[in-house]
Amino acid sequence: MIEWFTWAQVAVAVLAGLLAVVLGLAGKKPNDLTMGATALVGVLLIAQLVVAILAPLFANTATGSVLEFYTYLVTAVLIPPFAIFYGLVDRTRWSTVVLGVACLAVAIMLYRMNQIWFVQVA
Amino acid sequence: MTTTTSTRRSGFGRVLIVVYGLLALAATGRSFYQIASEFDVAPLAYSLSALAAVIYIVATIALVRQGDTWYRVAWFTIGFELVGVLVVGTLSIFDPELFTSKTVWSFFGRGYGFVPLVLPIVGMVWLYLKRPRD
Repeated sequence: MIEWFTWAQVAVAVLAGLLAVVLGLAGKKPNDLTMGATALVGVLLIAQLVVAILAPLFANTATGSVLEFYTYLVTAVLIPPFAIFYGLVDRTRWSTVVLGVACLAVAIMLYRMNQIWFVQVA
Repeated sequence: MTTTTSTRRSGFGRVLIVVYGLLALAATGRSFYQIASEFDVAPLAYSLSALAAVIYIVATIALVRQGDTWYRVAWFTIGFELVGVLVVGTLSIFDPELFTSKTVWSFFGRGYGFVPLVLPIVGMVWLYLKRPRD
């Protein structure tokens, strides 16, 4: 994992999440902005997956459990596509809220991944 | 609203279902990792994690499906979650030895932003509002 990249990614996911939750509660249907922001969160996760696979080749290895890390990462990668699919099928404001909730969940998972990679408490 | 459009899936219910789905995913992921890597360390806590995961999955399905039977299943699973989070949360505070390893329910779901504590209550209110009327 690359620390600054992960934090930038958390920031993008939090902003995309808050944006979509606020717009959703304000009654907006999923639009290019909220769907695009969620898609960006998804693309960054795939980039993160590539980084995670390549990092050990550059002596950048996880300090915690690799299995736990990938359990989080693989699950996280699946979330944005589901949310976007949902936003395409169900054209109501609640889908926009769903996009936001999905992005916020990804942000939390990235935070946990960062901990597993860099921080060991025990 | 006596038409078929009045279901548990309408409006806010969709967000509730998605949050349930995410929690089911989180609980399943954690329990998969715990059982795959270190089941011997804390069989009780990890079995509980797996049980919690199953309960969240069934609750998610029950919220999506229609009909009286699924309505009762939803009440049962969501009620089970509330009891689970209260019992395990209390036990983990008074007898930390019992739950040295994390589950979704220990310390009232603190590791998950207390979502496991709040969600069953929100779910029950939602189910009450959307109760089948005859």
